Amino acid sequence: MPTLTIYKRELSSYFSQPTAYAIIVIFLFLATGLSFSFGKFMTIGDASLEWSFFFWHPWIYMLLAPAVGMKLWADEHRTGTIELLGTFPISTWSAILGKYLAAATVWLVALLMTFPIWITVNYLGDPDNGALISGYIASFLVCCTFLAITLLVSACTRDQVVCLIVSVAICVLMVLCGYDDFTRELSKAVSPGVVQAIVTIGVWDHFSSLNRGLMRLQDIIWFSSIILVCLLGTSAILSAKRA
Amino acid sequence: MIQVDNLSKHFGTKVAVDHISLTVNKGEVLGFLGPNGAGKSTTMRMIAGFIPPTSGDAKVCGHSITDEPALAKMKIGYLPESAPLYQDMTVIGFLKFCASIRGLSGSDRKAAVDRAIETCFLNNVAEQSIDTLSKGYRHRTCLAQALLHDPEVLILDEPTDGLDPNQKYEVRELIKRLGETKAILFSTHILEEVEAACTRAVIVDRGRIVIDGTPEELLKKSKTGSLTDLFREVTSNDTDAAA
Ligand SMILES: Nc1ncnc2c1ncn2[C@@H]1O[C@H](COP(=O)(O)OP(=O)(O)OP(=O)(O)O)[C@@H](O)[C@H]1O
Ligand SMILES: [Mg+2]
Repeated sequence: MPTLTIYKRELSSYFSQPTAYAIIVIFLFLATGLSFSFGKFMTIGDASLEWSFFFWHPWIYMLLAPAVGMKLWADEHRTGTIELLGTFPISTWSAILGKYLAAATVWLVALLMTFPIWITVNYLGDPDNGALISGYIASFLVCCTFLAITLLVSACTRDQVVCLIVSVAICVLMVLCGYDDFTRELSKAVSPGVVQAIVTIGVWDHFSSLNRGLMRLQDIIWFSSIILVCLLGTSAILSAKRA
Repeated sequence: MIQVDNLSKHFGTKVAVDHISLTVNKGEVLGFLGPNGAGKSTTMRMIAGFIPPTSGDAKVCGHSITDEPALAKMKIGYLPESAPLYQDMTVIGFLKFCASIRGLSGSDRKAAVDRAIETCFLNNVAEQSIDTLSKGYRHRTCLAQALLHDPEVLILDEPTDGLDPNQKYEVRELIKRLGETKAILFSTHILEEVEAACTRAVIVDRGRIVIDGTPEELLKKSKTGSLTDLFREVTSNDTDAAA
């Protein structure tokens, strides 16, 4: 299984260097810090975590997810190891999948490390655990979407910094579009049709309903189709770059 | 075993390789010579399946590199020109990774890695991290990677580049020894290597083959009996044309 081999290599590269640890620590720090301060975790008296905890995740991911994904192809181009990968008897797909899943695993670990907050709400109150799981899924899907975008950008450039800046810009755009305050301002300026179009690009529409514990098929399809398009795009860009 | 048929490569309007045809049979070592920018690396990259040819085809052990790339790549051991490596791995970790990706596992993989380490004299750096290796050792690590799966065809782009005189000698002897049972295509700028290791040599200039023959034939063609003079005679010194 070449996908598994590449997955293992990428994962051990994340954890043999400070990258993964730094990201996980910063994420935990921000995620808990924001929910206890601005999220008013203690005073809001709401055990659902919807606003106090998960609400902040897209804001954190838009800055941190690209930092995990940026090296995936950019580094491969810069050091020339793409020439090794390209001459191994494997398909480009197994390399793309292996790399993508490794980055997603780093984030899964980060997300699972927030379990104390889940224990806390269960200890303090009586939350709907189904909705909490749904919130975790929503959060992870947003993260995976941002990672897929980063992977696509990283296939285009050999420079990690360029990749980071461009991916962050795209992710910030996706977070801002559809954010309530932003659309309210926007609707003063442009027609409702345009606002609606912009809201669909944003993550909030899909993130919020999942976060509320509402499993809508359309949201799942929205996330997975963006991920799929980005992975397909990565494959197309990689083969175009070689020609 | 290597059969190259009218292979061409254009980069935009620039013709890097211009209808090159050559054959390398089992038991042959073909030296690939030519000035900088003649198109040696580009040709080898195409045969190894890294970049698709603009026109023409190459067959490795009967498998076309454009139609059955996975089958052809399994038969090839390839050393890229810049000897790219994953900097964050140890030598042995890297070789294990390459062996796994080529489908070796368990005791087969261990045997293959041990043999490659032995052949390329990497014993005393096996556990060292690749980013701390000297240039020559890096080159040898990448060469070891090409030998892992005991391929029938070896494509080596400047295998002796950056090696000390002892190692140059060892690698030449290795090429000669492996050449008895394999088909080897290797490029070099060191003309003595032609006499020392090759059974046949080809000189390319601006993407075309200008001379093809055994070392003896080449020497006969030269007016002064020196390969250097022959090389200077048949290749252009026009750097504008090649740059
Ligand atoms: N990706 C690319 N895009 C554009 N031009 C390229 C590309 N790769 C190679 N070339 C051009 O193709 C020509 C042949 O390059 P190649 O690397 O094959 O030369 P070479 O014979 O290996 O030279 P050297 O002895 O310096 O290694 C050069 O003129 C080079 O500029
Ligand atoms: Mg070259």
